[in-house]
Amino acid sequence: MVDTTQMKVSDEIAISIEKMNKWYGQFHVLRDIDLSVYRGERIVIAGPSGSGKSTLIRCINALEEHQAGKIVVDGVHLTSDLKNIDAIRSEVGMCFQHFNLFPHLTILENCTLAPIWVRKIPKKQAEETAMHFLEKVKIPDQANKYPGQLSGGQQQRVAIARSLCMKPRIMLFDEPTSALDPEMIKEVLDTMVELAEEGMTMLCVTHEMGFARQVANRVIFMDQGQIVEQNEPEEFFNNPKSERTKLFLSQILGH
Amino acid sequence: MSDMHSHLAFVRTEMLAQQEPPIKEKGIVKWARSNLFSNWVNSVLTIVALYVIVRLIFSAGPWFLNGIWDTSSLAQCREILDGARGACFSVLSERWQQLLFGIAYPSDQYWRPTLAFVLMLVAAAPVLFVALPRAMLIITGLFPFVAYWLLWGGTIMTSVFVLIGVVVGYLVFTKAERFGFVLGLVAGLIAAVVVWKIGGAITPAVDGIMVLEPVASRDMGGFMLNMMLGVVCISLSLPIGIMLALGRQSHMPIIKGISVVFIEFIRGVPLITLLFVASVVLAYFFPPETNMDLILRVIIMITMFSSAYIAEVIRGGLAALPKGQYEAADSLGLDYAQAMRLIILPQALKISIPGIVNVAVGLFKDTTLVSVISMFDLVGMIRGPILASTEWNGVYWELYGFAALLFFVTCYSISQYSQWLERQLRTDHR
Ligand SMILES: Nc1ncnc2c1ncn2[C@@H]1O[C@H](COP(=O)(O)OP(=O)(O)OP(=O)(O)O)[C@@H](O)[C@H]1O
Ligand SMILES: [Mg+2]
Repeated sequence: MVDTTQMKVSDEIAISIEKMNKWYGQFHVLRDIDLSVYRGERIVIAGPSGSGKSTLIRCINALEEHQAGKIVVDGVHLTSDLKNIDAIRSEVGMCFQHFNLFPHLTILENCTLAPIWVRKIPKKQAEETAMHFLEKVKIPDQANKYPGQLSGGQQQRVAIARSLCMKPRIMLFDEPTSALDPEMIKEVLDTMVELAEEGMTMLCVTHEMGFARQVANRVIFMDQGQIVEQNEPEEFFNNPKSERTKLFLSQILGH
Repeated sequence: MSDMHSHLAFVRTEMLAQQEPPIKEKGIVKWARSNLFSNWVNSVLTIVALYVIVRLIFSAGPWFLNGIWDTSSLAQCREILDGARGACFSVLSERWQQLLFGIAYPSDQYWRPTLAFVLMLVAAAPVLFVALPRAMLIITGLFPFVAYWLLWGGTIMTSVFVLIGVVVGYLVFTKAERFGFVLGLVAGLIAAVVVWKIGGAITPAVDGIMVLEPVASRDMGGFMLNMMLGVVCISLSLPIGIMLALGRQSHMPIIKGISVVFIEFIRGVPLITLLFVASVVLAYFFPPETNMDLILRVIIMITMFSSAYIAEVIRGGLAALPKGQYEAADSLGLDYAQAMRLIILPQALKISIPGIVNVAVGLFKDTTLVSVISMFDLVGMIRGPILASTEWNGVYWELYGFAALLFFVTCYSISQYSQWLERQLRTDHR
């Protein structure tokens, strides 16, 4: 297997976040977030529950609005302008903890819907692309079933294929494996590793530290809405600087 | 060890043939035992129910079988029956035309509403059954215009111009939509009105083409009127209800406010009040020369009423969808209209089917309320002209039973269809 942590990262910036702040009512969820993601970079975000990891990556494709600071994705400034938001969303793929497949559509229709309606690709061509990505996530034979007929791991791989069909330049993952049984976790992680090897820019919230070691070229640790520490995985795991990080690592790697 | 083996070892030498189950475990006996007589409470209930059913059959059976179909008044029926129990169905065979078409619809024109009814079934088919060829939707699109012409008569040019106006308006809307949705809507509306005005000016000149004997709205009646009101109001209130439900969820305060006020106001008012408003009060608000058709006023009121209810049913369906469905649609870059049309509404409407059908069936039966504002629908016909006539004064069961039968058949069909549809749409495999 390729050691992707050593893969070359370009110096072109894919996402830049400056002094970003977000509140839920009075509650200050994200505080002064500064983050630059380079094209081809694979970043794992870790942190205790409620630290704002989901909120952070949901801000990147404007599923959540930020109240202060600046987010630039793929050269497009994220404002409340709907045109900008739709433009960014079609370039940024997102996978959710609970898959969020469309239960009333077949697997194939799930994968072709956005390319046909957003990218205006002819149906035939969209189906070819969809089959290509379904093969890539190793479930082409399920194309005509409905999501409810698939196992959790298969559903999550369909969700990844569905995002890939939009040919995104950036992929966001929010705990893609935490709703899955152990044997299914592996099949989803394998798919994500493959994606990383192809040089996809990835931001991934996960507690799979093995995955972080193998794939990430940067691990970000968040607590109380702030980035507390970030480093290369080797350094991060073997030589954490902050007390919070040490405590967190000892908790999740403890047993 | 080995002798323990010989003790336990067993080899079957001949296979057993299949046998009949014991008699008490089979067929109807088993079914009756487990369903009707499983314990003593159940047994008592069964016997009481049987007694009631038998009594009903013995009292209604002769009444029905003795029924007389060919007299010309209730008095004659009584004479023939001579004290025996028996129904006087003659009222149906003599007055069926009035019951179906109302008192004043010209009797040599009955083929028109009948044809409109058959066309309605054809037009509804492709909407109700997705398996039918989509080209049939053209019939559905043309149906309202043809039906209007058939029912009200006059020159077909009126319908044609209205149709042209709608088409032109739609084309202008699609062209102008790129400059903004509202602008497109306004431009489309203006274009349509212009065509209608021109059409209105031309119509007298081409008056001779395909003229049917005109029938005034006040001459419409009977079950036909219930059908017209029911079909038009249900088909209109579904899209309006969807818009209201989405409006109520909207983030735009004005749209949300209008939707909420409309829904809450309409739901807080009895339908009968709205109908009185339609028949009496509305006239005060319009200038006297705009003599708006009574049927049109009633349609507007019933549609407003049922769309408020349908909106609430659909809101329930929308609320039942997990937030993740909205987020997944958003994250794929679908815009609001696409997300609603392709992802949210198909699922929300599927959840709402039982509720929508409930409203539709209720609405269809509520169309009989128009008899209160002296329109002669099926119930109005019975209560008014028929029971008031000297020949048939006193025939209740036969007439109301007939009305109940017509409504039951229609409502039961709607309900059966909706259950079939629910089974068709079940893809979640829970
Ligand atoms: N819609 C909301 N309204 C108010 N508070 C919210 C909302 N969503 C999240 N929060 C709060 O914001 C904080 C951060 O939430 P977030 O979901 O980003 O945490 P997380 O790091 O992803 O946690 P987990 O590991 O449990 O998923 C939490 O304290 C949460 O209670
Ligand atoms: Mg989270």
